[in-house]
Amino acid sequence: MGSRMLMKGNEAVGEAAIRSGCRYYFGYPITPQNELTAYMAKRMPEVGGTFIQAESEIAAINMVYGAAAAGQRAMTSSSGPGISLKQEGISYLAGAELPCFFVNVVRGGPGLGNIAPAQSDYFQATRGGGHGDYRVIVLAPNGVQEMADLTMLGFHLADKYRNPAMVLADGILGQMLEPMEFRRPDFPPLPPKDWAVGNMENRTSRLVSSLFLGEGELEKHNLDLQKKYDKIQAEEVRWEGLMLEDAKVALVAYGTSARIARGAVIQGRAQGLKVGLCRPITVWPFPSQIVGQISENVKNILVVEMSMGQMVEDVRLAVEGRCEVHFYGSTGGGIPAAEEILERVKRLI
Amino acid sequence: MAKAFSRPATFRDVSTNYCPGCGHGIIQRLVAEVVDEMGIRERTIGLPPVGCAVYLDLYLDFDMVQPAHGRTPAVATGLKRALPDHIIIGYEGDGGLAAIGTAEVIHAANRGENITMIFVNNAVYGMTGGQMAPTTLVDQKTATTPLGRNPERDGYPLRLCELLATLDGAAYLVRTTVSSPANVRKTKKAIRKAIEVQMGKLGFSMVEVLSPCPTNWGLNPVDAMKWIEEKMISYFPLGEFKTPEDKNEVLIDDTPKREPKTK
Ligand SMILES: Cc1ncc(C[n+]2csc(CCOP(=O)(O)OP(=O)(O)O)c2C)c(N)n1
Ligand code: SF4
Repeated sequence: MGSRMLMKGNEAVGEAAIRSGCRYYFGYPITPQNELTAYMAKRMPEVGGTFIQAESEIAAINMVYGAAAAGQRAMTSSSGPGISLKQEGISYLAGAELPCFFVNVVRGGPGLGNIAPAQSDYFQATRGGGHGDYRVIVLAPNGVQEMADLTMLGFHLADKYRNPAMVLADGILGQMLEPMEFRRPDFPPLPPKDWAVGNMENRTSRLVSSLFLGEGELEKHNLDLQKKYDKIQAEEVRWEGLMLEDAKVALVAYGTSARIARGAVIQGRAQGLKVGLCRPITVWPFPSQIVGQISENVKNILVVEMSMGQMVEDVRLAVEGRCEVHFYGSTGGGIPAAEEILERVKRLI
Repeated sequence: MAKAFSRPATFRDVSTNYCPGCGHGIIQRLVAEVVDEMGIRERTIGLPPVGCAVYLDLYLDFDMVQPAHGRTPAVATGLKRALPDHIIIGYEGDGGLAAIGTAEVIHAANRGENITMIFVNNAVYGMTGGQMAPTTLVDQKTATTPLGRNPERDGYPLRLCELLATLDGAAYLVRTTVSSPANVRKTKKAIRKAIEVQMGKLGFSMVEVLSPCPTNWGLNPVDAMKWIEEKMISYFPLGEFKTPEDKNEVLIDDTPKREPKTK
């Protein structure tokens, strides 16, 4: 506790989950997140927890649904192709207001794509991904330390809001080794799980369900969900700014792209370029207000992503035409180059 | 005078949504009777299907968790692992269990999950309007086989008990029907035995019940029962396909087989 150690991102997620009290892990192998599944297979029995290698990602997320309905902290993890399969279950978890935590260690798509790191599942993560009007809390770490910290936060927010929460990582974050420590976050107390099934002594029976067939029932349910999402948007936005005060060009990037963008900002400042960085840590809720404020003070915004342009849509929505929004992306396994970012910044300043 | 027939406490006093002559109501009453007779209501959790019985919680008064269509065995797995001393009863039709959820049921059975599935085989998709199910008989007319099921195009009716009987994790597999009072009594016995197998932590148990859907079969309730006896049973033979006795295992041994390790 409290001592620094070297850890892989995927394993840091696993250990952070266990330290958050998660005792149920259901998974299915897929690169580049296999270290996490293997870590849980080893660790869960040591802490009296349950590890199941499910027959598919569909089964895994539904096992999470079952354990979550019993009031337990449960999780799964995968990469793009598997997360696609989990969408049905995630929609049901959101509809039934069950807390759960999962990780997407993103690889290149579409289809089978490749196993190189990517950020091309941003739409899938932040738009819901499955059917219906729902939201998932999406946390985007930029290194091994945050892989752990945001896992702990993810479990907390999931319970606080009775909602699925996820870490949106990528193959680099999952597999890189960095010094880190497991912190003991000081989260406020959570509400009791007085909706969970089991141990029905001295109470009436409970139903965990996303079915609302009665007249007006679904409308009411969805309006209630929206109120919850509004509250999350108002209270849970997290972001980090770097040298934005006098910036003429603001970079907006998350995760691995933000690490590279940060390097570009430091190099650029050394060359006298007035460039700064806005790094969303929650990509849903997206820091729209912050990006809106930044757009009032800069000439240009450059969004950097390992995709063909997904988060850039959220930036444009937040900017509402107040400044120009440009995009630099990489795809297919390539990562954005700091030099290339700087070249573009020079043109935009 | 003692009352010979009354409503089980677990069976809620509500009017039914099922069509006249439907088998779902009979089967659910049997579940309620067994749960009450065994005194396990407080630690029983049911899983309503996506199908005509989607409102299972309206009829049975214990905790319920509603899964997606066909995912019942996976959700039941998560529930049972989280609440190992509870009795988990999944309830699904042939669309749910034998089509969209085939992978989930095979693997839950293969893992020997200590859960009980009630499998209502009515040879059609009831809720969506009587389409072909995996269990639809050859030549049977449905909304999606207007000229009758043609095995060359549609494949053959799927026998789930026989399929699962090859798996070591499956402890109790039985096929019954509700076509006559005697068969209803046998179905009740089978449900009780399946739950005992679960409580004994002997592995996966499933009761397949051949059940009438007069509405989608285009028959009156009496003829629907006859159709089961005349048409269905010859293809879907009744009986036990796997029992714990095969392995000389004891029923009702409530000591956990998989003691969780605690540190
Ligand atoms: C993923 C998904 N696909 C399709 C449906 C539509 N659907 C609802 S019930 C059902 C079939 C019901 O048939 P069965 O499982 O045999 O139960 P029964 O109604 O006959 O009791 C289908 C296909 C759905 N709800 N979800
Ligand atoms: S459609 Fe068939 S299965 Fe559904 S309630 Fe009516 S008779 Fe029962």
